Amino acid sequence: VTTHAPPSSMFSSAPATGDVDLGQLDRSLRRPRTLINYGLSILCGILAILAAVPLLSVLIMLIVRGGARLSVALFTQLPPAAGMVGGGIGNAIVGTVLVVFIGALITIPLGVLGGVYLAEINPEGRGASVVRFCAKLLTGLPSILAGVFAYTTVVLATGRFSPLAGGIALAVLMLPTIMLTTEEAIRAVGDEMREAAIGMGATQAEVVWHILIPRALPAILTGILLAIARGAGETAPLLFTLTFSDFWLRGHFMEPTASLAVLIYNFSKSPFANQKEIAWAASLVLVLLVLVLNLGAQALSQRARRMVGART
Amino acid sequence: MSTLDPSSERAAIARPPTSREQVLDLSFRWATRVLAGLSALLVVFIVLLIAKQALPAIEKFGPQFITGTKWDAGKNQFGILPEIFGTVVSSLLGVVLATVFGVAVAVFLTEEFIPRWLETILKNVITLLAAIPSVVYGLWGIFVVIPAIRPACNWLHEHFGWFPLFSTPLVSVGMMPAAFVLAIMILPTITAISRDAIAAVDPLLREAAFGMGATRWETILGVTIPTSKRGIYGSIVLGLGRAFGETMALAMLVGSVNVISPSLFSPANTLAALLANRFPEAASRIDLGALMYTALVLLLLTLIANVLGEFICTRMSPDAVTANLRTTRKEVNP
Repeated sequence: VTTHAPPSSMFSSAPATGDVDLGQLDRSLRRPRTLINYGLSILCGILAILAAVPLLSVLIMLIVRGGARLSVALFTQLPPAAGMVGGGIGNAIVGTVLVVFIGALITIPLGVLGGVYLAEINPEGRGASVVRFCAKLLTGLPSILAGVFAYTTVVLATGRFSPLAGGIALAVLMLPTIMLTTEEAIRAVGDEMREAAIGMGATQAEVVWHILIPRALPAILTGILLAIARGAGETAPLLFTLTFSDFWLRGHFMEPTASLAVLIYNFSKSPFANQKEIAWAASLVLVLLVLVLNLGAQALSQRARRMVGART
Repeated sequence: MSTLDPSSERAAIARPPTSREQVLDLSFRWATRVLAGLSALLVVFIVLLIAKQALPAIEKFGPQFITGTKWDAGKNQFGILPEIFGTVVSSLLGVVLATVFGVAVAVFLTEEFIPRWLETILKNVITLLAAIPSVVYGLWGIFVVIPAIRPACNWLHEHFGWFPLFSTPLVSVGMMPAAFVLAIMILPTITAISRDAIAAVDPLLREAAFGMGATRWETILGVTIPTSKRGIYGSIVLGLGRAFGETMALAMLVGSVNVISPSLFSPANTLAALLANRFPEAASRIDLGALMYTALVLLLLTLIANVLGEFICTRMSPDAVTANLRTTRKEVNP
């Protein structure tokens, strides 16, 4: 029985009966607990709204400061040198696409087949739980350490900075996302289809290739797109695997290459207004790229949910 | 070749696997096994590789590397105490800020405060926060956050300068803007994991609390959050791991100055920022060794945080509570 909050409410309809105070059941703003309740709700709402403010601010800044430089020249020209006017980010866009492509090429087979192993080949085994745990640890690997890894394995071995080194660093960072989403995607496919295929005499490999992967494809692609979006925005590992270049790619892939992320970093420290503007424009392009990939991933995952839903 | 019975036509579709199919199946299964194993080995390989590269520096500098405060490549003097200090302090500040906001958003998203469509918008906003590359946050921090918080920080310094936390002015880059941007970057991690934990609380517990006359917030603070607290703790530790390793925003905002200052507005340095700044220009072998040593310290720091976070999340999920509840229910109501 509560000792505080005397039944002084004007709105309390019933007087106390026995030891039960029915007035306690009335909801009144005069009672501290009701007030605390509303106060906390408002506080929580304010915190949630404040959490959305940075995103708005980032987007507004990108549109205002980055949008100012949006033109054809931005996509076709080379980055401006110190003190120069004009210029663009053409080579950086090409470089980002190339390095992410190399990373995806390395990591997709590894991630998808690893995910198949986790979901289908040996889902309950000790090996699978070790792999799963390692994938989760890899999710938390600081991106700069993926760069250190690629630096020691590729840059020190080949003696030069290259998109290959950058791609390997990104592959390490993209791997866990692809593997864990593939696992989930394949698990979500209904057992009926699996069992029907096995009943027809299909081998496990055939079940995976003809039933599970086609069925889970939208969800697997969601993971791949999210991983690519993450890779495209990574900067730290590229600083000393890809470094930067002021020129177009010359056709062979073993030389320092430009990328959007490193360009933004380099120009953010620049004292020249023109280079700062280019940094904002490059950020806008990069964020648009990442957002498109994310929206694509979301559309695919909705489709995946429909496909899985259709089964039941 | 033979048509023995009417079922043979169906047998063409449903038939046992041929030996070729069996070989393919076996090799496919082994391929997935090997690739999955490779992915697991990758973590071990990264750790061993960095440790091996760091070995010469470990032998040369020993534990003094951890306690030293100077980094002077010219004099072959290397110490990362200021970086360790900066990493831990900026991460803790970021995590405290992100926890306050992140858990509030998680509660807001799960406890039916707002209509569904608004919930979806807020959820997408948080997802997009995670999608924005950290280098863009760094740029935003330089041009928006620093000018925005500088007046308030300097006012605090002028009026409460005697207080150690405010003992220096915020010139441009420094601990506070770095921690602020860090908080935004780990907010999505904390929100997502604690939201899952809160959503996993058995509705029965909540209903029981309402039935006993608890207000919404008495239920949240007294029942929901205590039940899901392990998931929330896990999210905080994982967020801390993320904060330790976050590089770009810090390299751009923290100032990269090797000092240990109690002031929130003083420039500082972090392990990851040191790597980002020094690695591209690592000239000598001994220089590189010192950087590898730094990388190893950072790796161990994040590994500990991540293993701990995963451990808390998986071992102590609300499932345990729910399972307990289910058995109780069965006993009462067989």
